[in-house]
Amino acid sequence: MVISHEFDYRRPSSLEDAIGALAEFPGSAWILAGGTDLVAWLRDDAVAPDLVVDIKDVPGLADIALDDRTLSIGSLVTFTDLIESDLIADHAPLLAEMAETVGSTGIRNRATLVGNICSAVPSCDAGPVLLAYDAAVHLAGPAGERTVDINDWFVGLRQTARSDDEVVTRVTIDVRSHGGIYVKLMRYAGEDLAQAAVAIVVRPDHDFRVAFGAVAPTPFRSARIEDALRGKALDAALVGRVVALVADEISPITDMRASAEYRTRMTEVMLDRGLWAAVGRLSGEGLRYGERVI
Amino acid sequence: MDLNFTVNGETWALDVAPADVLLDVLREKAAVKSPKIGCERGDCGSCTIIMDGRTVRSCLVLAVEADGHEITTVEGLSFDGLSRLQGLFLSNNSFQCGFCAPGIVLAATELLERKPNPSRHDVQEALAGNLCRCTGYEPIIEAVLAAGAGGDQ
Repeated sequence: MVISHEFDYRRPSSLEDAIGALAEFPGSAWILAGGTDLVAWLRDDAVAPDLVVDIKDVPGLADIALDDRTLSIGSLVTFTDLIESDLIADHAPLLAEMAETVGSTGIRNRATLVGNICSAVPSCDAGPVLLAYDAAVHLAGPAGERTVDINDWFVGLRQTARSDDEVVTRVTIDVRSHGGIYVKLMRYAGEDLAQAAVAIVVRPDHDFRVAFGAVAPTPFRSARIEDALRGKALDAALVGRVVALVADEISPITDMRASAEYRTRMTEVMLDRGLWAAVGRLSGEGLRYGERVI
Repeated sequence: MDLNFTVNGETWALDVAPADVLLDVLREKAAVKSPKIGCERGDCGSCTIIMDGRTVRSCLVLAVEADGHEITTVEGLSFDGLSRLQGLFLSNNSFQCGFCAPGIVLAATELLERKPNPSRHDVQEALAGNLCRCTGYEPIIEAVLAAGAGGDQ
């Protein structure tokens, strides 16, 4: 099946030109990076842009860089780049662990971390992990640059805080001492979207961030679960108390990939095992990154 | 729009529309038929091509995105006869209907270039996005393992 919708295509060679192109077609221009979502949506007639702005020739967007303790990931960085980066392996292996669960090699070679949170589907793998990292999303638009807290990023189903005339240039995360885990429930490796996902980042003094994917219209953090955990050493009773909160915190749907009940019960198991593993990784013990708990 | 790219070492200058998908342009205008039209949504891997050394799903790439890039398909692996990997696929009787074969050959080729002696897990992971409805995958995995640096016999 071909793409039935006609559109213009531009591949600007500067950020200014990319922003300018978006401004020419207010609300009807789509940004193309890896295209693994956008081209599929074009095929499905799920989106009908007048203009597609391919940002792959915009310089400076493909970098992974560490500045003191802040790791910056440009908007053209693919999931394969994350898996193969020494900086990621040394400072944020959780991102590589997440990236390894995305689609297949052929998808990961093309799909970008930033594109994943811009598509903002409920099951996006990058969403829960960047929430758990308290990431910052950096945008450039006609009025200049601004930064959006990832906690304010996902505003609805497939909707983000990005304005139509803005380009995401990078995301940044604080990579000071932490442990973390990304637990993804899927039917099989290779292609499947998450049926449910839990991302946890724990900092020293047991400061937890706990985020969920595919069990609500957007990825989200649970303040109730984080508050219950904050500053406390894990024990079976504490884990049991926060696991008991899961069913109230999430709002999964039943669809062709899983029932709401299955998603709920599995999310409880994933949080339970994930908490122990994340704390273990903070202290350098237990499961290595990439080793899975389900 | 102008599309200037290299397919299996041969340069092409084509006129394409922005909405043309690379898979269709390769098959209909650039004379390669090995990338197959399967799910057309990036799930099955049968449209896999190698673009600048990496496998991509050509059903999810606009043709104009390939401008200035270098593409390899199975046709391009076989100018001097079958590759060693292809020979092992043959001797292992790895494929039946063969529809998935071009994608799997390219996915395995990419794996062996990155990791010359892959483990079974590596092979399974590398081929996880290439669906085969005939073989149950075992003879495919065995051939890729045999093609690894340790599997010369």
